[in-house]
Amino acid sequence: MSEPVALKLTAKDFKSDQEVRWCPGCGDYAILAAIQQFMPELNIPRERTVFVSGIGCSSRFPYYMNTYGMHSIHGRAPAIATGLSVSRPDLSVWVVTGDGDALSIGGNHLIHALRRNVNLKILLFNNRIYGLTKGQYSPTSEVGKVTKSTPAGSADAPFNPLSLALGAEASFVGRTIDSDRKHLQSVLRAAAEHEGSAFVEIYQNCNIFNDGAFEQLKDPSTRDDYLIRLEHGQPITFGADGQFCVVHPPGAFGLEVRETSSVRPEEIVVHDATVTDPAYAFALSRLPGLDLRNTPIGVFRSVDRPSYDRVVQDQLAAAKATVTETPEQQLAGLLGSGDTWTIL
Amino acid sequence: MTKQIRQLDRVVIRFAGDSGDGMQLTGDRFTSETAQLGNDISTLPNFPAEIRAPAGTLPGVSSFQVHFADYDILTPGDSPHVLVAMNPAALKANLADLPRGADIIVNTDEFTKRNLAKVGYQTSPLDDDSLAGYVVHPVALTSMTVGALTELQVSKKDAERSKNMFALGLLSWMYSRPYESTLRFLERKFAARPELVAANVAAFRAGWNFGETTEDFAVRYEVKPAKMRPGTYRNITGNAALSLGLVAAGVRSGLPVFLGAYPITPASDILHELSKHKRFGVLTMQAEDEIAAVGAALGASYGGALGVTTTSGPGVALKSETISLAVALELPLVIVDVQRAGPSTGMPTKTEQADLNMALYGRHGEAPVAVIAPKSPSDCFFAALEAARIALTYRTPVILLSDNYVANGSEPWLLPDVESLPDLRVEFATEPNGDDGTTFLPYLRDPETLARPWAIPGTAGLEHRIGGLEKADKTGDISYDPANHDFMVRTRAARIETIPVPDIEVEDPDGDARVLVLGWGSTYGPIGAACRGVRQRGLSIAQAHLRHLAPMPANLGEVLRSYDKVVIPEMNLGQLAHVIRARYLVDAISYNQVRGLPFTAAELETTLEEVLKNV
Repeated sequence: MSEPVALKLTAKDFKSDQEVRWCPGCGDYAILAAIQQFMPELNIPRERTVFVSGIGCSSRFPYYMNTYGMHSIHGRAPAIATGLSVSRPDLSVWVVTGDGDALSIGGNHLIHALRRNVNLKILLFNNRIYGLTKGQYSPTSEVGKVTKSTPAGSADAPFNPLSLALGAEASFVGRTIDSDRKHLQSVLRAAAEHEGSAFVEIYQNCNIFNDGAFEQLKDPSTRDDYLIRLEHGQPITFGADGQFCVVHPPGAFGLEVRETSSVRPEEIVVHDATVTDPAYAFALSRLPGLDLRNTPIGVFRSVDRPSYDRVVQDQLAAAKATVTETPEQQLAGLLGSGDTWTIL
Repeated sequence: MTKQIRQLDRVVIRFAGDSGDGMQLTGDRFTSETAQLGNDISTLPNFPAEIRAPAGTLPGVSSFQVHFADYDILTPGDSPHVLVAMNPAALKANLADLPRGADIIVNTDEFTKRNLAKVGYQTSPLDDDSLAGYVVHPVALTSMTVGALTELQVSKKDAERSKNMFALGLLSWMYSRPYESTLRFLERKFAARPELVAANVAAFRAGWNFGETTEDFAVRYEVKPAKMRPGTYRNITGNAALSLGLVAAGVRSGLPVFLGAYPITPASDILHELSKHKRFGVLTMQAEDEIAAVGAALGASYGGALGVTTTSGPGVALKSETISLAVALELPLVIVDVQRAGPSTGMPTKTEQADLNMALYGRHGEAPVAVIAPKSPSDCFFAALEAARIALTYRTPVILLSDNYVANGSEPWLLPDVESLPDLRVEFATEPNGDDGTTFLPYLRDPETLARPWAIPGTAGLEHRIGGLEKADKTGDISYDPANHDFMVRTRAARIETIPVPDIEVEDPDGDARVLVLGWGSTYGPIGAACRGVRQRGLSIAQAHLRHLAPMPANLGEVLRSYDKVVIPEMNLGQLAHVIRARYLVDAISYNQVRGLPFTAAELETTLEEVLKNV
């Protein structure tokens, strides 16, 4: 194979001619700009890049990318993208979805895409609300959420999207925030480099129906004490002064947060995204409380597992390698296989 | 001893036993032997949905009927001349279908007190005179099979399980069938267990020899080969033919076939068959549900494959939203509905034609698609090719309405010459099509087909976005313009309505018929047989059969109006009749049955004669 040619693309090349129509102030603008700026880095021709989305505010995303794109139906983007990806391994296929789209109506397709390890980059814009339908609670809304459809407060417990993805044994799981462009791009970079399903939850602000849902993670006065920035190979400490850390207490099932001064340095968990057992990343995903304290962001898990696409294409290639005839000859042979008889 | 040989022109045999007795396999082998001989054949398997219903009970009875003749036949036969009953349940479940004088071969070993009680026989029908009107051949099938295998190293259980081959051997002898292909089949099937090859072959030979030596079977029969068109034939079921048609569509279009499917009776065999043909570049995916199956197929079509999904009625209901998306996206998609008795789970292994309304109308919005129905097992091959042709040429979803009767029934198939199959090659868009030479207009249509360009990802310069939101004519941009929506809705309708399909042909050998029987799908055989019967009584009747249900043939209205009466038999409550009345204002007579079984020619014949009396 020859060396890839530098395509010299810019963010502008990825902007379509369509007017962007999200509400002013929506977190989606920041994500769109970050992705348009990031895409040239991948050095993948625009024509080999496809964005597939479902339904919801975030799912308008493909219209604004000057690549191939499909705005499909509610919840089904992972299924449609699976058919595209597995039959066209030359493409870079991205799924853009939201919390209602991916976790409510499309929950089944999401978990099956992840367990199959289809070569999709799945970006879940989580704003914890239904925006396009004007403000009903979503499957990631906190219990007791008062919305148009739940005037007395929602009664059902939310999904933790990362826990769910990890339960499906997703091979790549990450989280980032709409307003932190640098971090967002770093997680996308790792996702893009990953072979197989890469699941990235992006905390996104809906300033109309759920404004400030992630404010503690963005406000300069609180964010350092709330956010755990995961770095592969680094001890997990956080807080403005590194005053907190993550430990695995003997006898405990999961991970816990301690004051750094109260533990010995060797007790602090060193982040390893390549741990095969999803239980470790799952434990990380369980750290945040209802108040968003101890929210890890970054790459939780990135393990090597053959992608569905590769296994299927290998099977096809192996079968085709045995072929010595033209397709028409093969077909004639197939039609005439089994018990035949001839009438003269 | 030399036995008398009697010539027959046709025979209907029904093999019936417990669902674990291997009756489908026995029937299949007998059919294959019969095909080798050159008889015309039609078969009807009938089995419960339960894999192993409680042994010896009526719900557990599985049967396989084969009709063979020295002339061309159209149905698996109304009533069997011979019933092979492997146990009391099989006798009881099938007796009502037998005409007086029929032969009944019973496995006496299974007529125990316990087995009789299971199906409510107080006394054995073999011992009282309840079978007096029939020719009963009591055969100790199980014990004779076990006896024939004593020298072999097989367990008693495996020996007993070979009894279906004893029955096959006996019937093969009775009807002078060539058995070499069965011996070869057994060698292939049990290749990994040579002792089972030996056991089954020995059981088969024991059955054959029993027929030759016992005095109970004094007559041996022959049915001469039918006069069939020269060529190479194979016996084929509708599901197998449909699968091969899809493989052929891949070869003739040069496109990879992508099948997304979720297991469902009676369509799963298509998934099984296509999963074997990776050498042709056929990619199959067993999806997590029906919706994902069609979604993945549509995704593959978007990428330039021939996307196909196979299912039955309940699955089509689930796929409906995605089919509407495919209508909006204007991409090729083939949806195969192997119909079964509904609603809901209904009777999954029984046949029905009640999904026509769903195929024609079962979507939200104005979402027209093309609909095709094969008329016989072998026609499933050509119907699949035709579905692919329409999908690829007109960039539209096409629903292929098979049903359990043609899917599992079989008939001889004259193998087509591959070069004679339609050329399905398509051209993907490669260049901008706008007037300025640089713009790509994804919804600029071909003036003749009204199809939009198929620009697949990977094509530089044609990057574009499509979706379920209404699109502006030509540009494909999102549009809420009222006039544009009206135009697009009408254009999508016209795109289907103007697909050229062959004129409907009328079969009226006497040329003076005043009554036309119009059918669609799998009723072709029974209607044809009934019309023959009517004509043999000196009456005139015309038959026409719809293969294309959307769009309908251009000459259909004219044909319908040229008869005094139009009769439409359907295995539903009149769905086609409803369409015909609405579209053509023809006061058609609707004749309906929804019993989960195909029409018998006899009952249709009676109905048609009633209509003829009143013309």
